[in-house]
Amino acid sequence: MSHPVAETPVISVRDLDVHLGSAQILHGVSLDVRPGELVALLGSNGSGKSTLLRTIVGILPARRGTVELWGRPVQERPVHDRIGYVPQHSAETGSIPATARETVAIGLLGARRWRTRGRDPRVEALLADVGLTELAERPITQMSGGQRQRVMIARALVRRPELLVLDEPFAGVDLETQASLARLITRLAARGTTVVIVLHELGLLAEEITRTVVLDAGRVIHDGDPADRPHLDPGHEHIVRPEECLGQELHP
Amino acid sequence: MTVTPWDLLTSDIMRYPLIIAVLMGVTAPVVGTYLVQKRLSLLGDGLGHVALTGVAVGWLVGAWVQTTPHDLLAIPGALLASVIGALVIELVREVGHTSRDVALAILFYGGIAGGVVIIQLAGGTSQSLMGYLFGSLATVTGTDLVIALILAVIVLAIGVGLSQLLHAVTSDEEYARAAGLPVRAVNILIAVLAALTVTLAMRIVGALMVSALMIVPVAAAQTMVIGFARTMRTAMAIGVACSLGGLVLTAYVDLPPGGVIVLLTIAVYATGLGLRVARGASSSGAGAHAR
Repeated sequence: MSHPVAETPVISVRDLDVHLGSAQILHGVSLDVRPGELVALLGSNGSGKSTLLRTIVGILPARRGTVELWGRPVQERPVHDRIGYVPQHSAETGSIPATARETVAIGLLGARRWRTRGRDPRVEALLADVGLTELAERPITQMSGGQRQRVMIARALVRRPELLVLDEPFAGVDLETQASLARLITRLAARGTTVVIVLHELGLLAEEITRTVVLDAGRVIHDGDPADRPHLDPGHEHIVRPEECLGQELHP
Repeated sequence: MTVTPWDLLTSDIMRYPLIIAVLMGVTAPVVGTYLVQKRLSLLGDGLGHVALTGVAVGWLVGAWVQTTPHDLLAIPGALLASVIGALVIELVREVGHTSRDVALAILFYGGIAGGVVIIQLAGGTSQSLMGYLFGSLATVTGTDLVIALILAVIVLAIGVGLSQLLHAVTSDEEYARAAGLPVRAVNILIAVLAALTVTLAMRIVGALMVSALMIVPVAAAQTMVIGFARTMRTAMAIGVACSLGGLVLTAYVDLPPGGVIVLLTIAVYATGLGLRVARGASSSGAGAHAR
């Protein structure tokens, strides 16, 4: 696959090895993502796609290799101000549940911005965009999966990110919310936001995805056009065939 | 002649303890909110125990350099020891080789054992630690007040002034990392704030009960309001009311102030819980009636 070479990649991953405890999850993964791309990371459960995503946004450290965002090492905190991250599930672990408004407002904080003043109009606008104005004062623990996911999306978008990173945003979400999330992601991509999204299937975004990266057992086995069919050994049950990813859910 | 609460507030004996009680009541729940959020409710207890070792070390150093009074360095010693203890706990949490509850347990035992051994080396007895274990109004000095004021200003400036940052890190550390927030610095900061609060409050409620004033007002507030900021503000109000109320009450009835203050916070928690259960029962009853 050919890419324009002049632009600095938004994401540049080189020879990445990542361990969780004693288990090696990623093996020598390399990947470039250019501005404006909408990239889907696919693979079966345990293939390492969420680990790759979490390493790209600086949550997990690499044992070997490098991750750069806009040409800067991911360890530099200011570069994170340009990222919007939506975790797989709300990872909120605290025992005092925040309201939707408080959670979205956290999205305004960054490497150099540690507080906000009063009720920020951007928070109110995002709550309205995701249809949660009426529920703004409800604790997110008392919300449905779909409502909670919308809060997480609003928290990521209130930063006006140049790179949006989403980890299985459709998991456990009702069909109506899935459709509205897909429309939102499509709109952002059309505006030039670079999007990297972990999916089990392309589903509602099949028409919009510009590139698929398929992982198997921590290695990239396909990187290119979603319609491409790499030659795979059908006897190798751990390898995921991209065509399986296109129309149906991968084996659990 | 009847002593009115105003007489108490303006009396020379009670003025310092009352000011410290207000400072303690307002600051302890601020730190407690973050500890509850991080599920580290027992950290304050562990630090209270370590502070005892610091008190004993302060006595020992005071005995060596012959300070007057001999326990002049007790509170600075407690401050230093609890800050070091907080940093060690945070390091253990970060490295993750030892489980957090085991690390806290070691802090508990090591703190109390170190206290009784070192106080003996300093020429005192374990009785000398009683005022620090359970609080002692009679021994509150002007120096204690100045230290408490400085600590309270630091805790409130950071705990309230940067509440959104601290909330973000304590509620979802992974998101905070992805967003570029200074996660490590915030975790260390919260542990140090807990140590400062322990030192501030131990003169009034004592090292054994200091953690209760951090945690119980937050638990009580959770029965009454929703949302992080509202919980913190309500807990601060409960903390101040119980600290002041407890101190005034013990001026009329001969009871230990630390214990009374903590029991008052528990009474507020129990009342809040009871009212919430009653509200839930009445709303579900009304719903059933409507059906």
